[in-house]
Amino acid sequence: MNALELKGVSFSYEEEGGFRIDNLNLTVGEGEFVAVLGHNGSGKSTLARLCNGLLEADAGEISVFGVPLDSKNLFEIRKNVGVVFQNPDNQTVATYVEDDVAFGAENIGLPREEIGKRIDFALKATGIEQLRHSTAARLSGGQKQRVAIAGVLALKPKIIILDESTAMLDPRGRREIVEVVNKLNKEEGITVLLITHFPEEALMADRAIVMNRGTVVMQGTPREVFARQEELLTYNLDLPRIGIICNRLRALGLNIADTMDEDELVKEIVRCVS
Amino acid sequence: MRIVAEHLSYTYNADTLFATAALKDVSLTVEEGEFFGIIGHTGSGKSTFVQHLNGLIRVPSSMKRYKKKKPKKGQALPPQTVLTVGEYDLTDKKTNFRELRKHVGMVFQYPEYQLFAETVKEDVAFGLKNFSEKKPTNEEITEAVRAALEVVGLNYNEIAKKSPFELSGGQKRRVAIAGVIVTRPEILVLDEPAAGLDPVGKREIMELLHKLHKEWCKTVIIVSHDMDEISENCTRAAVFSEGSVRYVLPPHELFQKREELRALGLDIPLTARLCEKLEQAGVKLDCDFTIDDFVAKLSALKEGKA
Repeated sequence: MNALELKGVSFSYEEEGGFRIDNLNLTVGEGEFVAVLGHNGSGKSTLARLCNGLLEADAGEISVFGVPLDSKNLFEIRKNVGVVFQNPDNQTVATYVEDDVAFGAENIGLPREEIGKRIDFALKATGIEQLRHSTAARLSGGQKQRVAIAGVLALKPKIIILDESTAMLDPRGRREIVEVVNKLNKEEGITVLLITHFPEEALMADRAIVMNRGTVVMQGTPREVFARQEELLTYNLDLPRIGIICNRLRALGLNIADTMDEDELVKEIVRCVS
Repeated sequence: MRIVAEHLSYTYNADTLFATAALKDVSLTVEEGEFFGIIGHTGSGKSTFVQHLNGLIRVPSSMKRYKKKKPKKGQALPPQTVLTVGEYDLTDKKTNFRELRKHVGMVFQYPEYQLFAETVKEDVAFGLKNFSEKKPTNEEITEAVRAALEVVGLNYNEIAKKSPFELSGGQKRRVAIAGVIVTRPEILVLDEPAAGLDPVGKREIMELLHKLHKEWCKTVIIVSHDMDEISENCTRAAVFSEGSVRYVLPPHELFQKREELRALGLDIPLTARLCEKLEQAGVKLDCDFTIDDFVAKLSALKEGKA
């Protein structure tokens, strides 16, 4: 079954006119890890907000695990689709980590015992058990974002959408988040939609899609997408740095095979220069 | 304007239970004309340091209420703190901090969140009105705003009357930068100037900073987490860790200290990682860690072998 299905979805913000999302079709399979790339203003965040009903589409159909997203099913769907946003400081509601993680689960009225179990699970899955009793406001950005992910996980969603959740973090924080998300996808089978500006982060996805003007303009495995540098540049995107280096070396006459892996690139270079 | 800091320390919530030392005996000089990088983890003291440069955080001895503490008997005198920006002595109560701020422009992280006025023109003009000694005439304001918008790559006629909130992300950031440089600061400090932008937006912002460095502000200082950005752009970089400055070096020397940087939990640029791996595979490459130099040196190596 498809985890997420969007058919002919359009959306415009009232005050703007013109479409933010323009006749968008997208299918995400269960357990799939999809990276969404796109320049500032391409509609990525709007897409995230449409998928769990924070925004209502003007036209088209959205369904989550076959259940259509409408006002009747909204709360059910929100349990299944968790969104983690960009700013770590805007997503904590409680003083202590444990309470913050419990917030969503408490809101849907789960029994106390179940909430306890879910907190244990969520803290463990995001690797922040030791922060359980810490003050949320005093954590690093990467830790705060993991708390936000844990809060979403406590609802046992089948889909997690990360809307540029790594944009405001330092490299260490970014790595923490990417590792947690990858683990959740591989070990818990959670479907992931990773919205990002960092081409490097798209490399570990099963599929990369590129958005422009509210619609999907490119898709394929990350390698397939990154094989089309010129097209990416027209959408204000670029290759991961390693891909840029590969292309530059080839332009200078080194016969290097395409790779996005540092060790492979080193092997290729050694082969070419020795 | 040269920036000189010696024995600079700063403690948040000093003399309370929550006292945290953010800077510990920092000594650092930034020469006029540099494109200087500041590296360090969250909490390493780098923001505290840059906020000193325009007096947003004040050296205690420059505060009106400050009274010199007498050292206890037998206690050594603490080393004399020095903090100067050009002619301005930032440890002195008599310093005109308002005037200083005109010369040291500060662009915070995500500066577009600080846009507030109804039109782009008003937003950019705000700092100018605040920092000018005598009230500027309307013509002067228009000219200064026009020049500032144009240097950041925006068209005055098209954009001046628009609301800053109608603009795209990249444009907003440019407007925010224009609002800082409009006073023609000699030193421009930017905290993570490229964060949150798409790859092309990032490149454009860095190009803009080089243009400003050439035409507008003598010294540019960027705080960045992105080591590749530092190696591609900076003349020198300072590494902050736990409130101290560990290294101040040009990028091509700094990123040879791979193990030392890793020990501090910091990354090295991709080019430096590749050089390291190439070395292990028996290919020694002496490059300055910019992508340009990296590919050029490899190409030369191949030509030499051929």
